[in-house]
Amino acid sequence: MTDVLTVADLRAGYAGSTVLDGVDLSVPAGSFVALLGRNGAGKTTFMHTVMGLVKPYSGSVLVAGRELAGAATHTVARSGVAIVPQGRRVFAPLTVAENLGLAARRGARTWTLERVYELMPRLAERRGHRGDQLSGGEQQMLAIGRALLREPRLLLLDEPSDGLAPAVVDQVAELLEGLRGEGIAAVLVEQDLHLAFRLADEVAVMQKGRIVHRGPTADFRADRTRAHALLGVG
Amino acid sequence: MSAAERTQAVDGIRPRRTAGKAVVAVAVLLLLAAAPLVLGAYPVSTMTRILAFAVLVLSVDLLTGVTGLPTLGQAAYFGAGAYTAALVGIHLTSDASVQLLAGLVAGLVTAALTGWVAVRARGVVFLMLTLAIGESVHQVADTWSVVGASNGLAGMPPITLFGGPPLLAAGFVYWWVLAAAVVVFAAVALVVRSPYGRTLRGIRDNEARMRALGYRPALARYGVFCLAGAVAGTGGALWAAHARFVSPGDLGFEVAALALLSVVIGGAGSLWGPCLGAALVLLVRDNLSAAVGGHGPLVLGLVFVAVVFLLPRGVAGLAAGIRRRKEGLS
Repeated sequence: MTDVLTVADLRAGYAGSTVLDGVDLSVPAGSFVALLGRNGAGKTTFMHTVMGLVKPYSGSVLVAGRELAGAATHTVARSGVAIVPQGRRVFAPLTVAENLGLAARRGARTWTLERVYELMPRLAERRGHRGDQLSGGEQQMLAIGRALLREPRLLLLDEPSDGLAPAVVDQVAELLEGLRGEGIAAVLVEQDLHLAFRLADEVAVMQKGRIVHRGPTADFRADRTRAHALLGVG
Repeated sequence: MSAAERTQAVDGIRPRRTAGKAVVAVAVLLLLAAAPLVLGAYPVSTMTRILAFAVLVLSVDLLTGVTGLPTLGQAAYFGAGAYTAALVGIHLTSDASVQLLAGLVAGLVTAALTGWVAVRARGVVFLMLTLAIGESVHQVADTWSVVGASNGLAGMPPITLFGGPPLLAAGFVYWWVLAAAVVVFAAVALVVRSPYGRTLRGIRDNEARMRALGYRPALARYGVFCLAGAVAGTGGALWAAHARFVSPGDLGFEVAALALLSVVIGGAGSLWGPCLGAALVLLVRDNLSAAVGGHGPLVLGLVFVAVVFLLPRGVAGLAAGIRRRKEGLS
């Protein structure tokens, strides 16, 4: 299977400090990879570096064969990478319709506004409401809907369950599971291991800015000793 | 109920609100248009100045309220428009429409020449850069003999329209300025409600997020900076059409500060609120000042402090709050 994302020896950080210390990770087209690790391991920095929000010191970021390490964020976005940031981060003063309108692309084939509203009817009901008038779950759906309207080949999901009630997490999980047949690949950073295991084909574990494990989700899940050693749980 | 039906149900509220706004807008327009029929020459002249100044304030709101770029430089483009219109009036034609177009182009070109550097900064740095641009243009006007230097540019003949006789009566000039200001207001409102306006509001809210959606915020900011320059230049041309005299004081720091003050008082980003703010600011400065022993600026300062504490979102924010309460009750 062709890799939609290939990251090699990626080093990045903030103000001279190193957070990513030689990350190697590939994501096959259409597959979900859960990126796990303890707080401070570098997961969010990895997502931001792939997205172009953090400039790497060195290394390679290939998206569908195109080198994008150090490219401007809008270039990365236009190459088919979309991010659902941690904390949802919708445009608070804009309505649901305006939030989605910002992401909608002319001549979209797969993801149109109508399809997003069909997939998430709650957003259709709330389309005239401002972003900051939505519940946490609705904001998360809006953030996901906005990312889908970019017609991504790679989706970066940064803690989609963060701050959500268990019932709402289940709704978000169902929504993301529904995307699995759409040919979209995803990197999922998630503290909720149940959600990560439910969604991901493969698990990668990051420690101190490096990938220290990579394998099928079922194997990782079965080996509780390794999960405990790497994540402190299990 | 399908998603489409739910969408239609929610959308049903919107036409009613839009119709209400349209009724208010038409009523205000009719009142403004009727003013010269019932008011004397002095109040009409005051209203003409307010309208021209409101166009400048509109340009400040476009940058400050809509795009999140607080500016102290718009008076420069207002001045460029005023001086250009006056020069056209003195040397080329008294036709107000030509002068207006010249003022628009002057504001646009001046903003295009100075904006590329300014839009790369944000926040206080942007504010200081625009202040520097404003003061530089002010210095040019104050020393350049072609535009009368510190004496200003006098001798502009009364405007005409489409080959007609000179418009000597205050009411006719007022109607011209009102018509032009309404067109500019409508054009700016259209821009703000367009996808480009949505982009600008997205940039105001979070620029990094906009980049992650594939936008290039610097380009959008440059575009709106040029547009705001054109709007300010138009305001300057209208100011010159009324005053028939332009001086460096018309593009000084005080004018820029008063325009920003009008936006804060009226409610940044609402467009109509800052226009009300413009009326309040000019009335206090020019009319109330005499009644309080020349302490108009002090009154303005007190109004500013009161607004910041009591109406942090300005007059427009107060109106929006009342509307939301009504909707909540119903």
